[in-house]
Amino acid sequence: MALAFDEYGRPFIILKEQEQKTRLSGLEAQKANISAGRAVSRILRTSLGPKGMDKMLQSPDGDVTITNDGATILEQMDVDNQIAKLMVELSRSQDYEIGDGTTGVVVMAGALLEQAERLLERGIHPIRIAEGYEMASRIAVEHLERIAQKFDFGPTNIEPLVQTCMTTLSSKIVNRCKRALAEISVKAVLSVADLERKDVNLDLIKVEGKVGGKLEDTELIYGITVDKDMSHPQMPKQIEDAKIAILTCPFEPPKPKTKHKVDIDTVEKFQTLRQQEQKYFDDMVQKCKDVGATLVICQWGFDDEANHLLMHQNLPAVRWVGGVELELIAIATGGRIVPRFQELTPEKLGRAGLVREKSFGTTKDKMLYIEHCANSRAVTIFIRGGNKMMIEETKRSIHDALCVARNLIRNNFIVYGGGAAEISCSIAVEAAADKYPGVEQYAIRAFADALDAVPVALAENSGLQPIETLSAVKSQQIKENNPHFGIDCNDVGTNDMCEQNVFETLIGKQQQILLATQVVKMILKIDDVISPSDY
Amino acid sequence: LSGIRISDFPKHRAYDQVFFLCTKTQSYSRPSYFPWRCIEKILKDDASEEKGERARMASFVGAIAITDLVKTTLGPKGMDKILQSTGRGHEVTVTNDGATILKSLHIDNPAAKVLIDISKVQDDEVGDGTTSVVVLAGELLREAEKLVAAKIHPMTIISGYRMAAECARNALLQRVVDNKENAEKFKSDLMKIAMTTLSSKILSQDKEHFAQLAVDAVMRLKGSTNLEAIQIIKKPGGSLKDSFLDEGFILDKKIGLGQPKRIENAKILVANTAMDTDKVKIYGARVRVDSMSKVAEIEGAEKEKMREKVKKILGHGINCFVNRQLIYNFPEELFADAGILAIEHADFDGIERLALVTGGEIASTFDNPESVKLGHCKLIEEIMIGEDKLIHFSGVEMGQACTIVLRGASHHVLDEAERSLHDALCVLSQTVNDTRVLLGGGWPEMVMAKEVDELARKTPGKKSHAIEAFSRALVAIPTIIADNAGLDSADLVAKLRAEHHKEGCNAGIDVISGSVGDMAELGISEAFKVKQAVLLSATEAAEMILRVDEIITCAPRKREDRM
Repeated sequence: MALAFDEYGRPFIILKEQEQKTRLSGLEAQKANISAGRAVSRILRTSLGPKGMDKMLQSPDGDVTITNDGATILEQMDVDNQIAKLMVELSRSQDYEIGDGTTGVVVMAGALLEQAERLLERGIHPIRIAEGYEMASRIAVEHLERIAQKFDFGPTNIEPLVQTCMTTLSSKIVNRCKRALAEISVKAVLSVADLERKDVNLDLIKVEGKVGGKLEDTELIYGITVDKDMSHPQMPKQIEDAKIAILTCPFEPPKPKTKHKVDIDTVEKFQTLRQQEQKYFDDMVQKCKDVGATLVICQWGFDDEANHLLMHQNLPAVRWVGGVELELIAIATGGRIVPRFQELTPEKLGRAGLVREKSFGTTKDKMLYIEHCANSRAVTIFIRGGNKMMIEETKRSIHDALCVARNLIRNNFIVYGGGAAEISCSIAVEAAADKYPGVEQYAIRAFADALDAVPVALAENSGLQPIETLSAVKSQQIKENNPHFGIDCNDVGTNDMCEQNVFETLIGKQQQILLATQVVKMILKIDDVISPSDY
Repeated sequence: LSGIRISDFPKHRAYDQVFFLCTKTQSYSRPSYFPWRCIEKILKDDASEEKGERARMASFVGAIAITDLVKTTLGPKGMDKILQSTGRGHEVTVTNDGATILKSLHIDNPAAKVLIDISKVQDDEVGDGTTSVVVLAGELLREAEKLVAAKIHPMTIISGYRMAAECARNALLQRVVDNKENAEKFKSDLMKIAMTTLSSKILSQDKEHFAQLAVDAVMRLKGSTNLEAIQIIKKPGGSLKDSFLDEGFILDKKIGLGQPKRIENAKILVANTAMDTDKVKIYGARVRVDSMSKVAEIEGAEKEKMREKVKKILGHGINCFVNRQLIYNFPEELFADAGILAIEHADFDGIERLALVTGGEIASTFDNPESVKLGHCKLIEEIMIGEDKLIHFSGVEMGQACTIVLRGASHHVLDEAERSLHDALCVLSQTVNDTRVLLGGGWPEMVMAKEVDELARKTPGKKSHAIEAFSRALVAIPTIIADNAGLDSADLVAKLRAEHHKEGCNAGIDVISGSVGDMAELGISEAFKVKQAVLLSATEAAEMILRVDEIITCAPRKREDRM
């Protein structure tokens, strides 16, 4: 390691405790980083596509997750290596931004790194490679826009949306009933979507799961489910035309924030205090009753006395409802969240056509359904499945499908899936490479090769001959000048993705290419890795 | 592959019963196949990764080990397991219930955990078939292992299994019997189901007695699946035959001193209120006095308050008062003076059930006596079961709830009897809702296997191998039942298969006589809902495990070794 001396010949301390750290620099650092990134992408490679396999992850506490969602795998993998962590970040940001294609983006980045390694060996400077990649990604994104197709749907014609969601779901374990789930997702998104503003607030869609039953029993509820039951076992289990008071104040005597004391020194005071207390409870319940509420939903608990009074006044109540759920209930029923009893007015009550308690299985699991709400903008997808892992995986899959549907509503351009878009981009980038003078040309060409990685992985996972299939599809695309040809993963017999109805969203694809390029650029620019060595 | 190793593992967790089974062979858990120097540390220390064939192998080994563990408990001649807990006291449980066994295992293999999970869900959802579901899933994986070895891609196997499961379900649907209309027949169906379920448990000696108990209890529920209304009281002593169903309600409490031991035409107030001193609930209140006399005054006021409360309670015109919380001496004395039976500290479930049974409501305030619904019953008396005194409420209004008193030689027997009865009650209550019924004794498996076999013959392509394998896995269940009974399974199953090629055959394995018999005549039935749940969840679990091609295990969280 380099040492620096001052004018008297004493060594400077540049790195503290230098001997305890390992350091990699120059080409070696880049190669080490590249291979770390590739190792991560190799793990995900087999999960790509409809025939991709799942990964089983065991958490530090011994819980098992089975998934094929790229972001989930990487997040739970307990990664230690810095570069590998960057890849995890990459997948996560794709997940936040787009929600789907989290596996694809990592595979793409891995392929770019692999190509970069070869170029580095030929002595091309990493910055030049990075610049070349940047140019190539711009070409690819522009090309995607050119081949993208506008895609029409409306509230009545949801078929195209369903088809796209099915493409997403087909790579998950739930592909057995992808049709049903895709329809549920699309309906859910459409019912919360603001088609004018082209915006969808996914927070309004609640995805709940309960173990038991079969996947086919999964349903879309135009309303809210709450995993709670009535506070008193003898309260009515079903309320029609409910008027709901949504409270965030407890059914308890007030607790002023300022510190105070009530001193009791005589018997009279003791008795008045007691009467006051009782009156307080009575007033609270009476207040709810007076405004016409027929159901009270409270964020806090209430003690036995209040509970009985409510029961007595025939006012069903639900306690300990979480803040998020409370908000959703307020949105769905058009009610207002009331923080104080004094502010309770009839206008602030929410309305729901039907509130019912439903019990499941042989255990005493109960859930509260709030349906036929005044405002049907908040919906719940209620998942049933054989076991916990299945439910979790279904939740993730539904989330992906919801994101895809949302993206399509935001921007209704699509490209064709099954690797068709990548192959088409690869051809375009390859053709454009020759126009660039200078070293970047090589990087651009390498980028084109890297784009082929996704269709190759798809073909491999589907048990096809990767190179043969890819070259056949590529030549077909060039010959017929038609970017619809992709890899026929499901063995349908045609590789025209237009016929197979395999779509992906344009923004999803663009984002994949841009994010992958960015991360690769960042990794290439690192030329020194200093880390504490093993002990 | 060295397979299973039962070792004493460091005691990480205080499970009630922990039985260690470590199915992970250590030899291939370290990632030593990274050719690059720096990559070894992508995962944290101690985290491991298994890929492709190895991962699949690890899953198969784990799943099959679990299956082999529970499969000897299957069927009427299945054996029990002893589970010893590592917790304090090394408590021992003897059981034959699949879910109970699996819940207590300490498993380190992720695939095995999937199987345990499905068994748990089966228990929660339908209550019975917890062993069958694990055995079927295990057999499916065992067959899949062979197929994978024959170079068939897991995805192909999965799609074959899916087709087969669908076909099997349809086959069952065609053969179900639904006696919903005919109450008489339906009752006998329930009876048969209860007997079939109980025959594999410890209660098999007295299965008729217990089946009758269970059916009666469930019929009282009138279609609700709320098993909480059925109270099970366990009292050691006597024999299992002495167990009985009580139409009324039994509370495991004593009657307060000086209070009447027998009340006829009781009016009961069920309450949940503090009967010591009422706390002042207003925040920040405190008592400040400056002389002894004032303390006495306040105390007097407190007593007065309690007296008032009792008076209010008395104002309801009751002669029995049941409270969830403690009743202090002072109010108890007041109650005794008024000749009222006061029962303190009844547990939460007890209160709810009592309210349900007597038709009263649970009260916490006593200001408007006219609007509180009181509970009624014909007679309250103290009864003796074995050595213990209990309070018996009979002639109650609402017939929904009831109590089953279990008697038996020891706690272990009673615990197991309770589990068995719980299974039977679960199945019955589910059957009341879904009245479709099938025959038992391996009959459904054979019906499914036959249809699935036919499907395999019609299906072109590699899938047909998987479909065939599915049918083999189904046949494994009657085979195991026969094996467990010490019968010649190969011969019996072959006979059974031949029988089933006739139209409308009712043949199954008659374990008692050791031959193929007519299940309809023998009266062996099972609920369709249970069988369907077994079939679907087992297929789902097998599919899930098959899809895995990589296992990544995180480093176990460090815990201090307290032991």
